[in-house]
Amino acid sequence: MDAMMLLGDEALAQGALDAGISGFYAYPGTPSTEIMEYAQRVKQAEGIHRTWSSNEKTAVESAIGMSYAGKRTMAMMKHVGLNVAADPFMNSAFTGANGGLIITVADDPSMHSSQNEQDSRFYGKFAMIPVLEPANQQECYDMAFYGFELSEKYHVPVLLRLTTRLSHSRAGVIRRNPLPQNALKKPDDLFQFMLLPAIARKKYLHLIDLQNDFVAEAESSPFNSFQLQAKDHSRGIICTGLAYNYLNEVFQGSEIPYPVVKISQYPLPVKQLHALYDSCASLLILEEGMPLVEEQLKGLAFQGSKPIHGRLDGTIPRAGELNPNKVAVALGLPDTFGQEIPEIVTGRPPALCIGCPHSDSYLALNEAVKEYGRGHVFSDIGCYTLGFMPPYNAINSCVDMGASITMAKGAADSGLFPAIAVIGDSTFSHSGLTGLLDCIFDKSNVVIVILDNSTTGMTGGQDYTAAGKLESICEGLGVEKEHIRVFVPFKKNFDEMVAIYKEEIAYKGVSVVIPRRECVQILKRKHKLEA
Amino acid sequence: MKKDIILSGVGGQGILTIATILGTAALKRGMNLKQAEVHGMSQRGGDVQSHLRLSDEPIWSDLISLGGADMILSVEPMEALRYLPYLKSDGWIISNSTPFKNIPNYPDEEAVYAQIRKINNHVLLDADSIAKEIKASRSMNIVVLGAAISHLGFSAAEIEAAITEIFSRKGEAIVEANLKALQAGIAAGK
Repeated sequence: MDAMMLLGDEALAQGALDAGISGFYAYPGTPSTEIMEYAQRVKQAEGIHRTWSSNEKTAVESAIGMSYAGKRTMAMMKHVGLNVAADPFMNSAFTGANGGLIITVADDPSMHSSQNEQDSRFYGKFAMIPVLEPANQQECYDMAFYGFELSEKYHVPVLLRLTTRLSHSRAGVIRRNPLPQNALKKPDDLFQFMLLPAIARKKYLHLIDLQNDFVAEAESSPFNSFQLQAKDHSRGIICTGLAYNYLNEVFQGSEIPYPVVKISQYPLPVKQLHALYDSCASLLILEEGMPLVEEQLKGLAFQGSKPIHGRLDGTIPRAGELNPNKVAVALGLPDTFGQEIPEIVTGRPPALCIGCPHSDSYLALNEAVKEYGRGHVFSDIGCYTLGFMPPYNAINSCVDMGASITMAKGAADSGLFPAIAVIGDSTFSHSGLTGLLDCIFDKSNVVIVILDNSTTGMTGGQDYTAAGKLESICEGLGVEKEHIRVFVPFKKNFDEMVAIYKEEIAYKGVSVVIPRRECVQILKRKHKLEA
Repeated sequence: MKKDIILSGVGGQGILTIATILGTAALKRGMNLKQAEVHGMSQRGGDVQSHLRLSDEPIWSDLISLGGADMILSVEPMEALRYLPYLKSDGWIISNSTPFKNIPNYPDEEAVYAQIRKINNHVLLDADSIAKEIKASRSMNIVVLGAAISHLGFSAAEIEAAITEIFSRKGEAIVEANLKALQAGIAAGK
């Protein structure tokens, strides 16, 4: 078969399809979005579940349900999405899997498009399950097969960790012959997914028992490599995932003089790491993300005296993604650099698009709250977070999906007035409903602005589960009908918009204001299709 | 052959199309390819870049090293300068001269051009105007590509084949417009 040019995300999706997956479950989030988009685009996935979930928690739970029924399935999310899904994720380690279950998490070191750079491998360790970390697009593809097999062999979920530079980089991928889907098959043990304490205690002991097997799997994994003999044992090198590429890049394909261990499957391959530590005078640890391996090794070697270099001692900068230059410097090799950026070059931060409905909504909101000064608007995660930038300077917080509503509530409970939440329609669908219910329960004095551009904008325009139902959802949850206000955010409606905001700020209770106008990017795309 | 290329511009200006065309031409030669893209927040009018690596040998890193790029191919002049730390001492800058001003403090254009002209190997062309003249205003990016290909070791015929393959599903008129843009770019780049 000819190689297909695929993003890491796409290679994983294609691998899962060829490995007989029956359902993908996900909520969009950079850099993971393209996994589902690929599944939605290709003909091969017809008849396989591939619609978006409300959020990452519902996605993981649905995937656990599909695994229960014996089918191969995958839930996909960005790193912070795993925080949302942490409850089902952690407990899935106890229930285990029936059909192959892969939880794919795409991390974003250097925070290209995220609010933090947490490293999902820690979640895998926390949950005590195997973790796979591909180093290239071909491994993304192959690990779908391998991950499902591993999951079914031990009846455990497997965490597959991607990072931005692999998710969003393209390279050639060779496919294998596709496998059929699993047949529908309930678990042999009908107590398996029953986490009552008495059963859960047994489950935990079983999971603990499996740890040695997981280590043995990592020690013999086809994705880990162990070059334990080399010319120069003054230094041993441990690379995880993508770091292995940067190491090879620095040596330009010539032989690396030091022993090298490449880790793409966890838990740590303890036997080989002991051998490496014993045979080398020092260790250098290169990992894309937080110092997970480094901390564990320093623990293992607590009795020892050999230096272990990595992110903890600053040999590699503590924050931010790796690149070939950082690796070269860590090895004491010459660094390369072109020329300094001329001083005249100015920053070009992302901005709301020209004609974006959010810009009109924000200009009117600014006018409506002017008399109270700044510091009253809690916002959320999406395109509208760019309302923080000048000329709007309209919002004062961005923490996690849904936090706008509940932070406004907490501030209102403390007596802050006005307390205003600004949340996108898709974000509201993801995590806004329960917060709104809290506000209604307490009759909190808040104004909740649901910016409805009728899409999930920041990730490129995906549909979402509450589309077309915002007013009826709010009314059903208990917002009074006369305090659900909808307008069309256009410059010409400025006075009307300001008046509506002011009226609802004046109302002592829960108000929902919905500025509704379609995303200009989606509109453009539709026009292109028609043209 | 081994070429490491930084493609740069502003979100929405079409650098990924350039990458796809060069990538397709490279694959037809049987070369290896890696192409790192930027998705997400910066696509909203922010600066974007793509690392395109083509080689007859296996390619390891998805990212180009600082000081390792053979070329900065930019559809916006100030954005070309942003990636100078990546450019080899004998590397090329091929850049559109039409600024994309979506920020209030865009520098003086002549000062930007002066910085680009300091690089020995540079081609600065008004790709927006060239594209408009030949009535292919949406193919500005292909004009810039045209000015670059001889410095990348590709023939016009190879790139034409790639353009035809990639745009064919959008209809003959679009293919023709892009082929014309390529030729105009090649002429301007000489």
